[in-house]
Amino acid sequence: MRDGVWVRGCVGAWVLLALVLPGSAGWFEDADIGLHGFGEYRYGERLETQDLEDDRALNELRVQGDAAWYHDLFTAQLKADLLFDEVAREREDVDLETGAGWFDLRQANLLASPLSWMDLKVGRQVLTWGTGDLVFINDLFPKDWQSFFLGRDDEYLKAPSDAFFVSLFPDVVNIDIAYTPRFDADRHITGERLSYWNGQAVVGQNSVLVTERPDGWFEDDELAVRAYRSVGAFELALYGYHGYWKSPGGMDAATGQWTFPRLAVYGASARGPLGNGIAHAEAGYYDSLDDRDGDDPFVNNSEARLLVGYEREIAADLTLGVQYYLERMLDYEDHMAALEAMMAPTATAREEDRHTLTLRLTWLTFNQNLVVSCFVRYSPSDEDGYVKPVATYKLSDRWQATLGGNIFFGDEPHTFLSQFKDNNNLNGSVRFSF
Amino acid sequence: MSMRTLLLAGCLVACLAVSSVAEELSADAIVAKANLASYYAGKDGTAKVRMELSDGRTREFAILRRNADAGLDQRFYVYFTAPADVRKMAYLVHKKPGGNDDRWLFLPALNLVKRIAPGDKRTSFVGSDFLYEDVSGRSLAEDTHELVETTDSQYVIKNTPKAPATVEFASYTVWIDKVSFLPRKAEYFDKRGTLYRRVAATKVETVDGHPTVMESTVEDLIAGSKTVNRFTKVAYDIGLKDRLFTERFLRRPPREVTR
Repeated sequence: MRDGVWVRGCVGAWVLLALVLPGSAGWFEDADIGLHGFGEYRYGERLETQDLEDDRALNELRVQGDAAWYHDLFTAQLKADLLFDEVAREREDVDLETGAGWFDLRQANLLASPLSWMDLKVGRQVLTWGTGDLVFINDLFPKDWQSFFLGRDDEYLKAPSDAFFVSLFPDVVNIDIAYTPRFDADRHITGERLSYWNGQAVVGQNSVLVTERPDGWFEDDELAVRAYRSVGAFELALYGYHGYWKSPGGMDAATGQWTFPRLAVYGASARGPLGNGIAHAEAGYYDSLDDRDGDDPFVNNSEARLLVGYEREIAADLTLGVQYYLERMLDYEDHMAALEAMMAPTATAREEDRHTLTLRLTWLTFNQNLVVSCFVRYSPSDEDGYVKPVATYKLSDRWQATLGGNIFFGDEPHTFLSQFKDNNNLNGSVRFSF
Repeated sequence: MSMRTLLLAGCLVACLAVSSVAEELSADAIVAKANLASYYAGKDGTAKVRMELSDGRTREFAILRRNADAGLDQRFYVYFTAPADVRKMAYLVHKKPGGNDDRWLFLPALNLVKRIAPGDKRTSFVGSDFLYEDVSGRSLAEDTHELVETTDSQYVIKNTPKAPATVEFASYTVWIDKVSFLPRKAEYFDKRGTLYRRVAATKVETVDGHPTVMESTVEDLIAGSKTVNRFTKVAYDIGLKDRLFTERFLRRPPREVTR
């Protein structure tokens, strides 16, 4: 178990902190060390019984500890989860990359400002940038789609990166550089917990996806850069990425294993006020480096991606957000020709343009103690969609309960969202924070 | 005339002069001074705030403020420390009186800087009885101001909205201290003339030469709920830099708020 030492070290540090600090809530409120966290029980049930997966989507007890040490020269942060996940197949083997097992290290990093115009954050951290609402074009940091679709808290959509993150703040433009020495893939769908379309059929535990993940330190690395500045009330940004498709984007024809082909992305975004709301736009060119001609049927095509969105308050404490998102394959004809040449089925192949519309309503009520949110994603070209309703009620400063769902719909089994429709689920949770 | 009498006479003249100037202050001038005293003291300022809601819930945050070098624009940085669901969230406001404020929220669990759409300013601030506008200040141009009474120590100003359809009140009356120009009490009346809401500065102290509200209370007289704000660690002119009110420090809270 290659992560064993890491895990023991972190658990040790965490337990030590818990012992050193007095054992009651609200420790050191005025001091520079904070220890907080939560305990949570979460249960999710599938709406349809099927043979591919367990009936239960979730049945888990989670304890998160979050310690921070604020010093004049640095900030140290450690955040880790202990998880008893009844549905998981392997609870013993901890894998810090995939998040499998009873221990998940969410953050372990050191932040410092060696120069007045420079910040440096080193270690395990959550990274995010870009303007989309659940649409990520230039944010190529790892996502945990499995947790998200199973109905865990939104926090778990972001999987941690092990990275050097340098921010430079000269006067003209701000620059962020994220260097990940070893490729951090998405915690993607594998069939173990969520069934998916494998190119021929919808499969689940009967055909768990086997991947060949690039994992050489300082060889299979990723570099992500953002340059941004404000012009008046508008925020403009340019992005660049060099690494790999974050979820499997190809297949090794010889072994049948799924692969993460090389990828470069160049993009831009803008965000600012428009009328009484906030508008955003983002674009990206996905250069599929292992299939630049677009004629390799086993590797993702290059793509152009475009997003425009708008959000505004439509009544007191009621906010509406809408987005249009396009994914265009850039060598569609070559891709189709290659599929035909190898007699592969073309009827279930992706269409050249995938158009997507999203809508989100967020309503705060009962003194903002109840937050009701509904996110809808619909693709007119794939004729499929996804609905995620979530209601969160804060019973007190410490107790919070949620109800949520993940509903996929569509007629065809192979389209992007419709392939997951056997995984429709409802879930609920109770959380105690300290 | 002895020196002493002369001094006394001088004082009297000065007092008369001050009081006659004060008598002549228009309602607009009084609310303008009150606005500066309440929201603009010093070049910048900081405080820790503990909010207690009547249902036992609490909110705790540190607040940093910096005035623009000219004009009435301001920048606010709010860093929440409790309760758990908002802990480590940071909130940045570029306040532009007369226009829509620019607002950002930092969600630490996702490391996400979210831009917030301009909202109805007469909605609750973080679920308390305080409204967003109580915290950031209501633009003076949105009401007409009328001096209805002058007491020994206070001016009483009646404020009537120019666009009544956009707010829940028909008018509100503010009692403003003659010396400090701090508003000590505000009462809100609905369309039937019923008093339904009261905001009061219940404790005022002088900090770094600025009269400062150290405790304020708002009562919703219809719901019967109440929120108390207590301010500690108040300081002015601490030299906050403009660059602190940017995305950089949303993502990594400055020592001014984590200390």
